[in-house]
Formats: sequence, structure tokens, C-alpha cells
Amino acid sequence: MADTLKQRPEYRNLHVTQLFTYRLPAPGWVSILHRVSGAALFLFLPFLVWLFDASVTSEISYERFTSLFRNGAGGLPGWFFKLIVFGLIWAYVQHFIAGVRHLWMDVTHSTGLGFGRQSAIVTLVLTALITLALGAKLFF
Amino acid sequence: MPSTYGSKRIVVGAHYGLRDWLAQRVTGVVMALFTVAVIVQLLRPGELGYDRWAGLFAQQWMKVLTFCVIVSLAYHAWVGMRDIWMDYVKPVGTRLVLEVITIVWLVGCAGWAVQVLWRL
Repeated sequence: MADTLKQRPEYRNLHVTQLFTYRLPAPGWVSILHRVSGAALFLFLPFLVWLFDASVTSEISYERFTSLFRNGAGGLPGWFFKLIVFGLIWAYVQHFIAGVRHLWMDVTHSTGLGFGRQSAIVTLVLTALITLALGAKLFF
Repeated sequence: MPSTYGSKRIVVGAHYGLRDWLAQRVTGVVMALFTVAVIVQLLRPGELGYDRWAGLFAQQWMKVLTFCVIVSLAYHAWVGMRDIWMDYVKPVGTRLVLEVITIVWLVGCAGWAVQVLWRL
């Protein structure tokens, strides 16, 4: 009796070491990326408010805003800040499209496996395309 | 036996979960509409420099809309971050500290953004 009890498989939450070997379906990726992108936007919120502040307050502060990406600041080069903004653009677009997908599912009760999978793929592809297009505008 | 599900369920409880779930969706819609409004304004012809960018936020209707977005963002992010802490941080003390930091972080950013807005 005790032996059979011992052999019963136990399914626990994912361990950190399993993160990179665990095969996640497309809706799973959209789900976790919604979290990652939301948390990233939260963490960089002061930076985003600073960008807003500098860009609208005065022509002098606007100059500081554009200079951050041309000349950098605090010993860090301009491309470094462009890279951060590129990441934040991705986070915003990903969170926006996945959020609209959430709303669409709530309103239309689209809870089927097929819709979940197809809309997840559309979300990921659309996000990649828009992010790359805006990234091209940012860097070139 | 009263039903606990469906449209005829007995509605009981304080509904904190439903309220936050709904609030997150409503605030999400507000931010999505704002995003579209800003994109439409930016796509209008003409060079985009300081004058046009700052002029956009100087209009009263845009200030009111942006203010709504700032408040919505704070509430939306609060619900989302609270969900993250609830899922991954189990010790109550640590979770409480993180939740307090989250609130201070969001209220601080929202206050700063409002200050920028009404200085214009």
C-alpha cells in the first residue's frame, strides 16, 4: 500500500528549470507575454512619464528629449535608450493587441480552442510586424 | 438547491473580484480609445515637431481625455500587478510590502503625469 502511494505521479507548478524546455502553445505564449509586457510597462512607467514631461513641457525640454536618443545621457549612448524604447514599443503593441483579443473573447464568448489558437497566432504575428515597422522608424 | 452559476445564480458576496475584473476591462477600453485618438492626430499631414505635439495636449478635450487615461492606467496596472504578486509571492508580509510599493509607484507616476498635463 505504502509503495503504490509513493509511486503516484505528482503534478506541481512549473519549476524555473523547466521554463525553457516546456512546450507552450500559442495562446499560452500570448498569456505569459501579456503578463511580461504589462509588468515591463509598469516598471518603466517613470521613464515613460519623463519622456512625456520632456517632450511636451517646453522647446528646451523637447531638445533634451530628442538629445537623449541622439547623444545619450549619463554615460550611456543614444542607441541604448532607443533599444529600451524599442522594447517598450513591443510591450505596448503586444499588450494592446492581446488586450483587444481579451475584450473580443469576453464580448463574443469566443472560448473555443480554434479561435483561441488562431487569434493568438494573429496577435503574435501582428505585434511582430508593427513592432518591426515602428522600430525601423525609430532606428533609421 | 439555489444555483451557484449561470444567469439565475444567487448573487452574494462583496464582488471585489468581479469589480476589479470589470474595471480592468473598462479602463483598458479607455486606454485603447486614447491610443487610437493619438495615432489619428499624429497621422494628419504636416511635420511633427514640438509645436504640433505639445499643441495636441494643450487642447482642453485632450487634457480631459489624457487625465482619464492616467487614472485608468493606474487602476488597470494596480489590478494587474496585484494579480502578479498574488500568483508568485506567497509570504503575506513580502506581498504586502510589494503591494504598498506598487501603489506608491503608480500614484507617484500618475501625479507627475497630471502635473505635466496641467502645466501646459
